[in-house]
Amino acid sequence: MVQNIIDVRNLSKSFDISSKEPGLKGTIKHFFRRQTKSLKVIKDISFEIKKGEIVGFLGANGAGKTTILKMLCGLIYPSEGSILVSGYLPFRRKENFLKNITLIMGQKQQLIWDLPPIESFYLNASIYDLDKFEAKKRIKKLSDMLEIDEELFIPVRKLSLGQRMKSELLAALIHEPNILFLDEPTLGLDINAQRNLRKFLQKYNQETNATICLTSHYMKDITSLCKRVICVHEGAISYDGKLDLLLKKLSPVKEILIVCRSEEDAIKLENSGFTVKNKIKNEITIKIENNSITSSLKNILNNFDIEDLFINEPPIDEVIGKVLMKNDYDI
Amino acid sequence: MIMISNLFNRKIFTLLKVQYSNMLEYRVEIALWAISGIIPFFMLNIWTNNNLNESINISDVLLSRYFLCAFFVRQFSVVWVVFSFEEDSLMGRVSPYLIQPLNPFFRYFAQHLAEQITRFPFALIIAFFFFIFNPESIWIPNLGTLLLSIVSTFLSFLIQFLIQSIVACLCFWTEKASSIERLLFIPTLFLSGLLAPVVSFPAYVKSWIYLTPFPYLIDFPANLLSGNETNISGGLGMQILWICLLLPLFKKIWSEGTKKYTAMGS
Repeated sequence: MVQNIIDVRNLSKSFDISSKEPGLKGTIKHFFRRQTKSLKVIKDISFEIKKGEIVGFLGANGAGKTTILKMLCGLIYPSEGSILVSGYLPFRRKENFLKNITLIMGQKQQLIWDLPPIESFYLNASIYDLDKFEAKKRIKKLSDMLEIDEELFIPVRKLSLGQRMKSELLAALIHEPNILFLDEPTLGLDINAQRNLRKFLQKYNQETNATICLTSHYMKDITSLCKRVICVHEGAISYDGKLDLLLKKLSPVKEILIVCRSEEDAIKLENSGFTVKNKIKNEITIKIENNSITSSLKNILNNFDIEDLFINEPPIDEVIGKVLMKNDYDI
Repeated sequence: MIMISNLFNRKIFTLLKVQYSNMLEYRVEIALWAISGIIPFFMLNIWTNNNLNESINISDVLLSRYFLCAFFVRQFSVVWVVFSFEEDSLMGRVSPYLIQPLNPFFRYFAQHLAEQITRFPFALIIAFFFFIFNPESIWIPNLGTLLLSIVSTFLSFLIQFLIQSIVACLCFWTEKASSIERLLFIPTLFLSGLLAPVVSFPAYVKSWIYLTPFPYLIDFPANLLSGNETNISGGLGMQILWICLLLPLFKKIWSEGTKKYTAMGS
């Protein structure tokens, strides 16, 4: 049985937020009497993550995904509840714990801006107690996996966003962590760079059996990497389970585009009791429930003169969009 | 123990090497910063033009050496960690460093040391010009004095670094810790010996000043280097004592402060 590497119990986090009314009056009032209120951004959440799992955290902006990641890696202190990551309390930031994890934030960088990435790599290597020979070996291996070479010797400020992100990944992985916290790692990258990064993460997970916790607003990141998702809505977990199940639950119907041999056949089909989405000449799009798709298709093929047929999955972004709006899924 | 120490030294050495490469990217700025530290020379001019040194029985030559040494000590003990940390903290740049097995303040420490190394040749050039205009002030300190002065200047840097690091940690509570540092700047300016040797203060004021860390920042190392009469063991002892008091305070405030960290901007 695979052991749990992350164990979160009844975790909550509150922040003190000060508010100010607009205008000069509000500014003066704010100066003399600052009003702060405690805002609970994470509300009593519990979950476990097994070693080697890739888990996606889904939620709207401000739902609390990044705050959860920050608590898991020990960056911020939880207000209530307990977290165990690899047997450690993350916030104590023990050396052995820190050597096991990494955090990559799409918008933030740790590379030294005016120097080539290679300088930051060797610096990180020494911080993680790697000798020069081992560091060189790992830089070679990771740069091959990430397909970067000459970029290692160009000052960071002159690199493209994609090249910089690859270098950031290399810097963050040089100590071969077995738990990766990725907060929107593909933010701002073009389609090819996003795909390459996903391929790299998949490969890294397969080769090292590393656990990956990921937040992203690009649904392709989630669908191609994560079998399991945790949906966060206003600081609480609204769904924790397989992505497939969630998609089935949220999109119980499929759209089928049928090209009939004649317009008469299309009209006949339109009047045969199926839910029609639209019809243009001899082409008709109908909606069929997932559980009756085989029998319905058999019926159509037997009774109508069909030239061609296409089964369309609903756009994943549209489906996931529903996740961001809802707060409970009974699956 | 030796292995731990070697590893630790390797971290610091690599940090220093990388930060030095980084600082070399800014050599023009560093030259300008070095030039901007010539306050002691202005003060020397004010003191000698107004014959103020006569009141404290210091000759023109010894006074000019004192202010040259004050310039040197200032060059190698200037600290700006509170501004760097505040900016990094507010912009969320501290976050990646907080989850590395090395306190982020070591990065700033190495940054300062690297900057001092970069600044060294510029400080020598300024000293060269000082001697051209004040040839009577030329002197060569003996090796023992020079070594003790280097140690004392480094201890002065450590005290200032610790004071500013403690203030910087207040970022976790106030977000604008640099305004607190500005309050400290006033006593640092007046009581450290940058504007006037502490010996020129009235006796009852002096007795209080010597209980604060300020005279050990510039006055003591500058007097030591310039060969003026000073209590060497007492001065070094006070510097070490202040470091011993400030270090645990920094550790405590760091440990409490990081619990308050909200990772803003990231």
